[in-house]
Amino acid sequence: MSNADTLTSPARRRGGGVGDLLLSELALLFRRRRTWALLGALALIPVLLAVAVRLSGSGGGPSFVGDIAGNGLFTGFAAITVAVPLFLPLTVGVVAGDTIAGEASLGTLRYLLITPAGRIRLLLVKFAVAAAFCLAAALTVVVAGLLIGLALFPVGPVTLLSGTEIPAIDAVGRALLIAVHVAISLVGLTAIGVFISTLTDVPVGAMAATVVLSITAQILGSLSQLSALHPYLFSAHWFGFGDLLRDPISWASFGDNVVLQLGYAVVFGSLAMGRFVTRDILS
Amino acid sequence: MTSSGLAVETRGLTKRFGRHEAVSSLDLSVPTGSVFGFLGPNGSGKTTTIRMLLALAAPSAGTITVLGSEMPKRSASVLPRVGALVEGPGFYPFLSGAANLTRFDAAEPGTSSRTRSARVAEALARVGLSAAAAKKVGSYSLGMKQRLGIAVALLSPRDLIVLDEPTNGLDPQGTREVRSLIRGLNADGTTVLVSSHLLAEIEQLCTHAAVMRAGRLVAQGGLDELRGATAAIEIVTPDLDLAREVLARFGLDATADETSTGDSTPRLDAPLPDGVLPEDLVVELVAADVRVRGVAVRRPSLEDRFVELTGEGFDVER
Ligand SMILES: Nc1ncnc2c1ncn2[C@@H]1O[C@H](COP(=O)(O)OP(=O)(O)O)[C@@H](O)[C@H]1O
Ligand SMILES: [Mg+2]
Repeated sequence: MSNADTLTSPARRRGGGVGDLLLSELALLFRRRRTWALLGALALIPVLLAVAVRLSGSGGGPSFVGDIAGNGLFTGFAAITVAVPLFLPLTVGVVAGDTIAGEASLGTLRYLLITPAGRIRLLLVKFAVAAAFCLAAALTVVVAGLLIGLALFPVGPVTLLSGTEIPAIDAVGRALLIAVHVAISLVGLTAIGVFISTLTDVPVGAMAATVVLSITAQILGSLSQLSALHPYLFSAHWFGFGDLLRDPISWASFGDNVVLQLGYAVVFGSLAMGRFVTRDILS
Repeated sequence: MTSSGLAVETRGLTKRFGRHEAVSSLDLSVPTGSVFGFLGPNGSGKTTTIRMLLALAAPSAGTITVLGSEMPKRSASVLPRVGALVEGPGFYPFLSGAANLTRFDAAEPGTSSRTRSARVAEALARVGLSAAAAKKVGSYSLGMKQRLGIAVALLSPRDLIVLDEPTNGLDPQGTREVRSLIRGLNADGTTVLVSSHLLAEIEQLCTHAAVMRAGRLVAQGGLDELRGATAAIEIVTPDLDLAREVLARFGLDATADETSTGDSTPRLDAPLPDGVLPEDLVVELVAADVRVRGVAVRRPSLEDRFVELTGEGFDVER
């Protein structure tokens, strides 16, 4: 059977790798104006912070914001702190919620599946692309923060939470490490968003549901009555990047976060597959 | 591989949406190498059937064989050999026509990225969209989108092409082009399954057809078989009685057409059995001094047959 297949269509059987599809979908993500609008909005956060501090002349406000005037590098730390609870989940919700439902609503899903992209293969690629967006989003906030800080304020060595002073270049490294931590923190939410996206043909619905869940998780995380639940919330380590600002770096929170997010990815990835593999595509 | 000679075969194929049965125990047989018209009014279950053939939707009951393999079980090996347009085209409006095709081509496992742009250009050329390749699909007319949808089906060589209402939104010129495209594909050996609610658009194209009505198959077979062989001959002559005598010698039972009015010449109508050639009749009529002013042989059109089969014809039924 497969022999006959190979004979009738020699050029077509090179296995079912993910490569071309992944590259094509990644390129598509970064070709969309919407992606750049989201990243642009994220980049605006440190810019607004820095300009506000510059105009008012001094600090106060949430953590790190007070330090910006003294050392521009703090703009990166301050911006990611501000972006984590709402703005980052919002953009991730948009991208993850759109993965499958967006294709369904455009009518492209049926053509991808007829092609055949393969349901599991398509889902894995869509998840990977949404995860790549998480990294792009977190990096955008941090890098835009460092750049605007560099432009508007003096820059110098940074005193860590543990009291040690590290040179400016090392502080940049720490900032990028924080971006990686935050990106990983958002993988669980991404998996949830992709799962919700397999449930509907209405992308806006999937996006909204994902964002609402991200807020719900944080509210649950703030209720001390539910403290037994806290370590298992996907938002448990969203602010855990303080440990990366110690000397030596305390990796415990980073590692716990990786395990937690992997767990969410496995659970919701399996749910998404279970749903998507058996689902009738009627869009 | 297709030992049965069928490109598509379904047995007892059924699809229920809740309590509503959209497709009911369908036994479809699409011969390999045919152009198969899948006809029926809107809502008669054509698209739902096609979705099941392409493993987009799971049957509620019944079996499907496409290109000799069971679907949806073998879809990974069957679908690369199938191209399809289902329920209208679907594209990213902000990408160009070429970029949209490139994306679908990249989604197909095992396609070579080296020859991708050549395949895309070739598919665009075949549907006459080369000039619009770089334009955003959002700016395409409905007809252009429809053609681009057909181009997706043509990206790789296929053994079976399924086109669901391919002439939707096309002008008469575009409809003609799609017809000649289908003929060309079929001449290259591709089996084409084409659905339509407009019989006239594909009647001239098909070698075989199936007619759906409210989820059920009401007729299926070769086109002549479907039409019914009974042709009729019409003879325009003032010598009715004489002509009737001559026709009776051939075993034809003629009736005068009383509807003719005014100064128009009377006519005779008679069913024309197989084996009786109209030219022999004319020779005999003339030899018997019948003043023959006109002869016509009419086969009942498929349309007539369909109105018969589908009751009220091609109206939405539920
Ligand atoms: N997603 C769906 N949910 C419920 N009913 C559906 C769905 N899709 C189609 N149907 C019903 O199935 C029947 C057949 O529809 P369809 O296959 O689209 O017909 P056609 O393509 O012949 O116009 C119709 O009665 C339609 O209302
Ligand atoms: Mg239809």
